[in-house]
Amino acid sequence: MTISPLSHTGMAARVAQDIPDGSYVNLGIGMPTLVGDVVSAGKEIVFHSENGILGMGPAPAAGEEDWELINAGKAPVTLVPGGSFFHHTDSFMMMRGGHIDVTVLGAFQVSAQGDLANWATDDAHLPPAVGGAMDLAVGAKRVLVLMMHTTSDGRPKLLPECTYPLTAAQVVDRIYTELAVIDVTPDGFLVREMVEGLTRDELERRTAAPLAYADEVTVLAPPVR
Amino acid sequence: MIDKRVGSLAAAVEGVRDGATVLVGGFGAAGVPVELVHALLEQGAGDLTIVTNNAGSGETDVAALIRERRVRKIICSYPRSAGSIWFEEFYRAGDIELELVPQGTLSERMRAAGAGLGGFFTPAGADSLLARGKEVRVIGGRRHVFEEPLRGDVALVQALRADRWGNLVYNKAARNFGPTMATAADLTVVQVREFVELGELDPEAVVTPGIFVDRVVEVAA
Repeated sequence: MTISPLSHTGMAARVAQDIPDGSYVNLGIGMPTLVGDVVSAGKEIVFHSENGILGMGPAPAAGEEDWELINAGKAPVTLVPGGSFFHHTDSFMMMRGGHIDVTVLGAFQVSAQGDLANWATDDAHLPPAVGGAMDLAVGAKRVLVLMMHTTSDGRPKLLPECTYPLTAAQVVDRIYTELAVIDVTPDGFLVREMVEGLTRDELERRTAAPLAYADEVTVLAPPVR
Repeated sequence: MIDKRVGSLAAAVEGVRDGATVLVGGFGAAGVPVELVHALLEQGAGDLTIVTNNAGSGETDVAALIRERRVRKIICSYPRSAGSIWFEEFYRAGDIELELVPQGTLSERMRAAGAGLGGFFTPAGADSLLARGKEVRVIGGRRHVFEEPLRGDVALVQALRADRWGNLVYNKAARNFGPTMATAADLTVVQVREFVELGELDPEAVVTPGIFVDRVVEVAA
């Protein structure tokens, strides 16, 4: 049987399914921003942007860009009715102070203890840059990681210990990849969902840390919206 | 009579000394006081420590200061961005010192300075390389790293409107670091798109009260 990995949009939609109505949510740069495009219209979710926006809306129509209304990735966005602006110190109070319900972050590596490495690799050629990743990782009530299961050259990103510099220790709650949904528990990784056709052996070959399995592992499929 | 308005960009940046620590507002291109930074370039001060979120991009503002060798050190959270060529070139050549600070810590260190506090403990970065050499304390069962206040000799900020007392309102997400930086420098200089009469700004909507501001200059959009 062939494996049918989720598309990026399918992965984002699966994450969106787990975000409760009424949540305050911060989406990291990169793939996590896709989650904003696929939340169910039936849910009222308030998106936070680290540069001082609550109630961030989708990208504006071409020609309607306001370069003083941008997201953390510096791309133009809009404000929804009820939205507000505030300064950086207040914005990071929200992030560090436990006021953000859910954050969705990309990652280079996640360890079986929930350690997160998403700000620096071992590439000494690149000047280091951290942005708001550390504040968000320690402060959000729930930290979800959305990432490909392995690196582009096939190396595992789910590891017994991170080899890249840590963003924060023991913060990740759940990981969504194109192959599986995996919880971080006090006993390590626990597989909750796997895509159709993927065997446990195959998943374990792509994962460097031991995997435990939920009593009922369900099929990971893009949710119907 | 209080009148913080100055008539030119040159007058706005007058007196900035070599070796000064300069807080520069903005996140990406939003809220960067571009004309004030260019006036500082013109004014000639060098050996500067620049505190800003990004390290400039293209040939303008902070990137131009770096290109012209005015910056000894940069304190920021995200120096790498599309077009940050001058920072990257100087960094690789070892011609600029970088102090990398998590974004919330950068902002809070300036807040601490403005609030007269001697620093704070934060969980952000406590388990990272950025805590190296700093005091780490377990508070409420969690590791926190001690961060010192960060004060500027000068703050350069962009806002939307000011009155002659220096009361400020901002525009959308261009507010970002401005209100905090305004509190954290010995000399706070603000460029605004327009001056308004005293009493015209809704007191309920003033974001930065004039007590934090020393000079305002009008730069039409």
